[in-house]
Amino acid sequence: MKLELEVNGRAALVETHPAKRLLDVLREECGLTGTKEGCGEGECGACTVLLDGQPVMSCLVPACQAEGRRVTTIEGLTLNGELHPMQQAFATEGGAQCGICTPGMILAAVAWARDRSSAADVGEALAGNLCRCTGYTRIFSAVAAALDRSRVAGEGERQ
Amino acid sequence: MRSHLADFEVVRPTSLEEALAFASTQARKPGGVTPLAGATDLFVPFNAGQLAPTTLLDLHRIPELTQAPRWDGDLYRLHALNTFTDCRRDSLVGERLPLLVAAARELGALQIQNRATWAGNIANASPAADGVPALLAYEACVELASVRGRRRVPLEAYFTGYKQSVRAADELIVAIDVKVPGPGARHFFRKVGTRRMQAISKVVAAGVLERDAAGVVTRATLALGSVAPVTVRARHVEAVLVGRRIDDATVEEAARAVHEDIAPIDDIRSTRVYRSRIAERLVRVFAATVTV
Repeated sequence: MKLELEVNGRAALVETHPAKRLLDVLREECGLTGTKEGCGEGECGACTVLLDGQPVMSCLVPACQAEGRRVTTIEGLTLNGELHPMQQAFATEGGAQCGICTPGMILAAVAWARDRSSAADVGEALAGNLCRCTGYTRIFSAVAAALDRSRVAGEGERQ
Repeated sequence: MRSHLADFEVVRPTSLEEALAFASTQARKPGGVTPLAGATDLFVPFNAGQLAPTTLLDLHRIPELTQAPRWDGDLYRLHALNTFTDCRRDSLVGERLPLLVAAARELGALQIQNRATWAGNIANASPAADGVPALLAYEACVELASVRGRRRVPLEAYFTGYKQSVRAADELIVAIDVKVPGPGARHFFRKVGTRRMQAISKVVAAGVLERDAAGVVTRATLALGSVAPVTVRARHVEAVLVGRRIDDATVEEAARAVHEDIAPIDDIRSTRVYRSRIAERLVRVFAATVTV
């Protein structure tokens, strides 16, 4: 099928099978390899992207169900070459080690920062994202630091 | 991704009539028709190459199925594509049907709740479903549609065996009706798994208890998951509780009665013995402290 969707603020038109995973469409058709495949069964959250602003496991989204919708990947968080405050906080606080979980972790954290009512705390917000390297302490501190900085800088709503 | 995409056709009707007509003509063909809602269950075997070739019937372009949940007095109607997040975000659901929110919060994680549907949780017919016990505790009713017409089935009568149901191959779940219990009802939900989220239940329980001014139980519903081939209503436990005050003897008797309601097995997630003990324990907690 011809699939029209919006990826990181830009219109995209790709030819794809309607049941192809959104994960594969992003990596193969769109060339956006920042989205990682971890388990491929919806358990680990490495492939998290935002679909109309909501975090989803892109390995469990058939391409056809992304038609006409807005997708944000890790590549879409930078603005004019500058890191998003959440990305900056993960770098500063050491919230990453091997890096496979990091794009999904950051997108889930950004979704929560934009809508704090979606989860009671950072633990619930990131419960769908597994990290096998660092443990979660530095990841959680990175999210807390980003929230603090955003409050100071007033850029919590930045795309 | 181990499936061959070429083995799967995807049909995307834009009206319920079109979907039902397609299901009716394709139902008997090899592979049949598989309704595709949030894909969070279906795409797991699909990704693993364990889903037999079939025609996927994508329901996302059907307005009747995608419309928001609707309140009609004390009746709450979920449509086929309504997600667990839809329930979590409706403050009225939290007040009046708190078990739906409690179940939604512990099902998968946010990424799953944003896509997974209540109807899909029923259609998948897994005994470990987390949404089903909450719906059963509220005595929900499933509405099925086909070219032959519509019918309503009490959720308790929907499941006929492990991953088996009364839904015919040409039928779709179009809605689920849930009725708000009387004022003063106590609501109980408890999921026991390896971790709080992203865990498939070892045992999951949901119940509602209503009592009169004298403390006598007037209505009790208790549903248990992961302890039988289907999610069950603990009818023996309920029968012990109704008509009595909750005292130590009643709690003891109710806890023992649960063994008449369940048939747990050993599997990769837990054991028969553990599940029996936890089921008994959950009955005690339900009867004694009924609270979400």
